[in-house]
Amino acid sequence: MLLATLFESGVKIEHYMVLATALFVIGVFGVLYRKNAIILLMCIELMLNAVNLLLVAFSTYFGQADGQLFVFFIMVVAAAEATVGLSILVLLYRNTRSTDIRLFNKLKN
Amino acid sequence: MSLDLIFYILGGLTIGTALMVVLSKHPVRSVLYLVLTFFLISANYVLMNAQFIAIVNIIVYAGAIMVLFLFVLMLLNLNKENEPKHSPLMTIGAAIAGGALFLVVVAAMRDAILATPMIDANSPKVGLVENLGQVLFTKYVLPFEVSSILFLAAMVGAVLLAKKEKQTID
Repeated sequence: MLLATLFESGVKIEHYMVLATALFVIGVFGVLYRKNAIILLMCIELMLNAVNLLLVAFSTYFGQADGQLFVFFIMVVAAAEATVGLSILVLLYRNTRSTDIRLFNKLKN
Repeated sequence: MSLDLIFYILGGLTIGTALMVVLSKHPVRSVLYLVLTFFLISANYVLMNAQFIAIVNIIVYAGAIMVLFLFVLMLLNLNKENEPKHSPLMTIGAAIAGGALFLVVVAAMRDAILATPMIDANSPKVGLVENLGQVLFTKYVLPFEVSSILFLAAMVGAVLLAKKEKQTID
């Protein structure tokens, strides 16, 4: 099998750990940097995918299916989160005519 | 072409497209780059012998969730002109915070002691749907049922939120 030997052909699990960390950090950077609320939701999806990547890498590394099933449940939660988050955003847009997160600090006062 | 070369190309492309998601000014372009990122992550899953997860990732993420994002973007008619501006100070702060987080996590992982892999004879079959279904419906059957309740709650919530408010008579 071609792919069974990935972790024996020079690619170490550490490489995937660094790749997943890089993706996660890009997501964190996006959440801090962007002001558009839809882009923030997308950056959260990016962070979830970084975690998924690491879970699948360890699942393959240990030869056990548990990690890949956690990925399923993360996908379920991500789909639910995206639908509810986007509908809240549409509602906010109806009230403020904008998706700038700096306008959404009404609970502060 | 050796597998580690494929890994480096895929990893570089994944990080590049993920950066473009954050850095591109146009929201629609951001969504399209995110779809590309999900496809590249799926390619990584195939490389790791997790074929079923790869297909589900494409169908659920690139197919369903991203189309939802695109729908909302078109519904709200967002484009480059009304994209919120950000101050350079925030940019530098975010870059420093992100870089520091990356360094801290990588430094912590360097000292991590990993157990040796338990590759047995049938480990290439781990990612196949037969094996995953077996584990999902025996060991994880309760979380599976609970997630269906979560979906129901999310559906009811989304419908309730998206419904137009009735004019209250006072």
